[in-house]
Amino acid sequence: MRKIVLIALVLLSGLLFAVRLFYLQVYDASPDSLSQNSAIKVMYDYPQRGYMFDRNNKLLVSNQPSYDVMVIPRDVKPLDTLEFCGLLKITKEEFKEILHKARVYSPRLPSVVLPQLNKADYASLSEKMYKYEGFYIQRRSLREYQVDHSANVMGYIAEVNNATIEQNPYYQMGELIGTAGVEKEYEDVLRGVKGVKYVQKDRFNRSIGPYKDGVFDTLPERGNDIQLTIDATLQKYGQELMIHKRGGIVAIEPATGEILALITAPSYDPSLLVGRDRSKNFTKLWYDTIGKPLYDRVLMGEYPPGSPFKTLTALVALQENAINVDDVITCTGGYHFGRRVLKCHHRGPVAMVSGIANSCNTYFCTVYKKIMDTYPTPQEGIDAWRKDLLSFGLGDFLGYDLPSGKRGNIPTSKYYNKIHDFPVHNWSSLATISNAIGQGEVLLTPMQMANFTAAIANRGYYYTPHVIKNIIGPDTIPKKFTEKHYTTVEPKYFEPVIEGMYQVYERGTAASIKVPGIEVCGKTGTAENYTKIGGKRVQLTDHSIFVAFAPKDNPKIAIAVFVENGYWGSRWAGRIAGLMIEKYLKGEITRTDMEKYVLDGSLEAEYAKPYSGKPFTINH
Amino acid sequence: MTATKSYVRFDWLIIFMYIALVTMGWLNIYSASLNDTAKGFFDFSQIYGKQMIWIGLSVILIIFVLAIESKFYEKYASLVYIISLLSLLGLFVFGKNISGATSWYSFGSFSIQPSEFAKAATALALAKYVSDIQTDMKDFKNQIGAFIILALPALFIVPQPDPGSAMIYAAFVFPLYREGLHGVYLLFGLFATILFVSTLALGALWVATAVIIIGGIIFYRNRKKRPNIIKYILIAATSIVFALSVSYIFNNVFEQRHRDRFNIVLGKEVDARGIGYNTHQSEIAISNGGWFGKGWTQGTQTKGNFVPEQHTDYIFSTVGEEWGFLGSMLVVLLFVGLIIRIIFKAEKQKSQFGRVYGYSVAAILFFHFFVNIGMVTGIFPTVGIPLPFFSYGGSALWGFTILLFIFVKLDGSNYHYS
Repeated sequence: MRKIVLIALVLLSGLLFAVRLFYLQVYDASPDSLSQNSAIKVMYDYPQRGYMFDRNNKLLVSNQPSYDVMVIPRDVKPLDTLEFCGLLKITKEEFKEILHKARVYSPRLPSVVLPQLNKADYASLSEKMYKYEGFYIQRRSLREYQVDHSANVMGYIAEVNNATIEQNPYYQMGELIGTAGVEKEYEDVLRGVKGVKYVQKDRFNRSIGPYKDGVFDTLPERGNDIQLTIDATLQKYGQELMIHKRGGIVAIEPATGEILALITAPSYDPSLLVGRDRSKNFTKLWYDTIGKPLYDRVLMGEYPPGSPFKTLTALVALQENAINVDDVITCTGGYHFGRRVLKCHHRGPVAMVSGIANSCNTYFCTVYKKIMDTYPTPQEGIDAWRKDLLSFGLGDFLGYDLPSGKRGNIPTSKYYNKIHDFPVHNWSSLATISNAIGQGEVLLTPMQMANFTAAIANRGYYYTPHVIKNIIGPDTIPKKFTEKHYTTVEPKYFEPVIEGMYQVYERGTAASIKVPGIEVCGKTGTAENYTKIGGKRVQLTDHSIFVAFAPKDNPKIAIAVFVENGYWGSRWAGRIAGLMIEKYLKGEITRTDMEKYVLDGSLEAEYAKPYSGKPFTINH
Repeated sequence: MTATKSYVRFDWLIIFMYIALVTMGWLNIYSASLNDTAKGFFDFSQIYGKQMIWIGLSVILIIFVLAIESKFYEKYASLVYIISLLSLLGLFVFGKNISGATSWYSFGSFSIQPSEFAKAATALALAKYVSDIQTDMKDFKNQIGAFIILALPALFIVPQPDPGSAMIYAAFVFPLYREGLHGVYLLFGLFATILFVSTLALGALWVATAVIIIGGIIFYRNRKKRPNIIKYILIAATSIVFALSVSYIFNNVFEQRHRDRFNIVLGKEVDARGIGYNTHQSEIAISNGGWFGKGWTQGTQTKGNFVPEQHTDYIFSTVGEEWGFLGSMLVVLLFVGLIIRIIFKAEKQKSQFGRVYGYSVAAILFFHFFVNIGMVTGIFPTVGIPLPFFSYGGSALWGFTILLFIFVKLDGSNYHYS
């Protein structure tokens, strides 16, 4: 006993230390990352964000320097608050609030006190900064827009939010990140890589030189420039044409899937979201719940496509062997089913080409019914029809390189089974007959309309639409944009449909708005739509819709135009489509009367109707 | 006589562990004291350069200690002890005040701390007294005699003030216990420590209540043996008086800084910026180390001088940060190995003098090791004592070197008698 007490104690204390050291060093090891170390200060060096160019190398957006006042709460010493607030041009209460927030975020990491000073403010402040310990000025680069359009394509950058910081350790509070559009989609390409400097501090928080002689320090890497597929001239022109109208235009180069123009209206000047007034302007745009300038109608708006959808009905019918091109149907002014009738505005015998040219409802309802009748049950009919439509990029996200979008809707048999409570109640294909003419349950985004038009122009395939033409530097674009997607409709069935679309201009619904010297194929659309006013379903003036591509052979542009409550198809959308096509293919406009009509035309009175609180008339 | 000399053989394992500890100590002192003005390893104006001189002189000291005839140490133990006591007393007249304590004699730029040498002297004196043929540690008179030998140097050191160094003399209870001191003294020490700590942590009232309840339970369980109730009441009363006086001393006699040191460890006040700063920074530095450490001279807390006194009492935090868990464990194991080796060798001594001395060496090293690393890793209150062989300082290094190598010599000559 006497011999072992001390030995036991020595061994026990050895064990005690082993446990304690294991706890401190391995189990409960304090965060080892350099940024968490109180002895190391991390300083960042922000790179230039990549520029954006249009398809003709016109500069769209570059950078300008800006200066943020930053604070590290832990290092703040008592200061002359009144004087400092005077310099920053904020009130004492605001200052206290900002400082409190910064402290809550982290006492050790930098937070923004005042973002985006201009050069003059910076100059007057910088010479007095030495007085305020814990505060410093961080140079950053901000966007400088060279154009006043394309805000919906380019998107914007904003201060990174807390959720992103938690997910992605690259970002620190107060840093900027692409939050919408191309800025968001190509954030990794555009932002570059920020440089990091680790500075060793002593216990008085004085810098005593670079940590480990700077072996962990990195230099900033400039972001890559991006060339967009957008044609700035066309984009600007389209935006002008859409003034005082709501809706959008999508123009695609069918041979590549490149988006030539992507216009939503109303929109905003991208420069509004830069600088100190950014948050004021953003709030204004955000709360405009009627015009919704931040809402991209061509990507997010799901509309009944109306008559342009008839081209697809025709293609599916041919593919499913439901009809021959030359089969003639006699229109008696409407499609009768049961006791109901789906009206048509013309009469007489129609075959496919004239059916498209004159947009005959009777013809397409008949054809649609025939598609369904080639299958034993309406369920199988709907699903076969749907499968063909999906191959045109409908009913799902298209996969383009912008971060917002909607699926649209191509209903399934399940969908109708649910509505009609199948199998308790049976339903016939006539219950879905409105789909034939692009009404009913079918919903498309204007982007999807442009894409199916491009697929028709290509006679049976499309490339996923995209706005990236080239990432300058690596000179690549994502591989998915160079892969052809074939439709399930065989190429040989496209010619009669295209002929029909050509005849739309020659002797059909768009004969009055011909584009001189260009063989355009198009299709008008006039879609009924409803809104709710005080809980009541109220019909509004029809949407004016138009899809087109040109020239007929070897098409260079496919376009979809959507004008909310613009009444019939050729009234607004058809005119706009023609002007866009001419502008793009010829560079100048021959029918200046038509151009003037569109530029001067306003639908504001139409849009004000539902908000007037008074009864109003539609479609006149 | 030439034949007997061949029996003198030193324990190379002890010597090897000593060299390892001193070398590692120097490497860490180098890292902890490295700064911009340093000019290479042999810059003698730097702390690490000075330590290199102390280490170099230790070699001469070792040769000297080993060269002396082993019987000399037994024969002149009392003399050495008396000289040592005089050197401690002399401090009251000639001592130099360095950072608040009058513990040094100063010769120009060179200072010496006699309390570091007094440990070896006391160990020799105690070994001689206990090994005396007439001494029996079971005899109360002899216990008093041994206690006086230990108490004198401690008494002289406390008012320097250097309570840490004085506390070390409690370590001698282990060799005395080995030589027949009743185990009750150890238990009494343990009980007093528990009472002390729990009084500080919980307050005298709770401790008194606990003492009464536990005493009552023990009495009740032993009731069939007809226990002496007066004895129980006496023990309980003494404990309560002790607790109350601890409480009184703590609150009224201790200065705030002493109270703070205890309060930090007891978790009562956590103030990373104030008094707990040393311990807090030391723990951060050690935590930074992880499994493998940041690498020699790469510690960020070390470089930023966040840990005060890092090259002296807090040197182990550098080991923790730069050498990690594995390096720290190596140091811990070297100490454990060295101390156990000394105990093992002490048991093999043929003379009682050698055995008592060996035990004393082991106990002193153990106390330093235990209290120092306990402090640096935040288990114990801050008590300013060095880590043997590791911490910066010539007196400490020499004091421990002499202490250890006298035993190496005694052990080496052990075979002489066979």
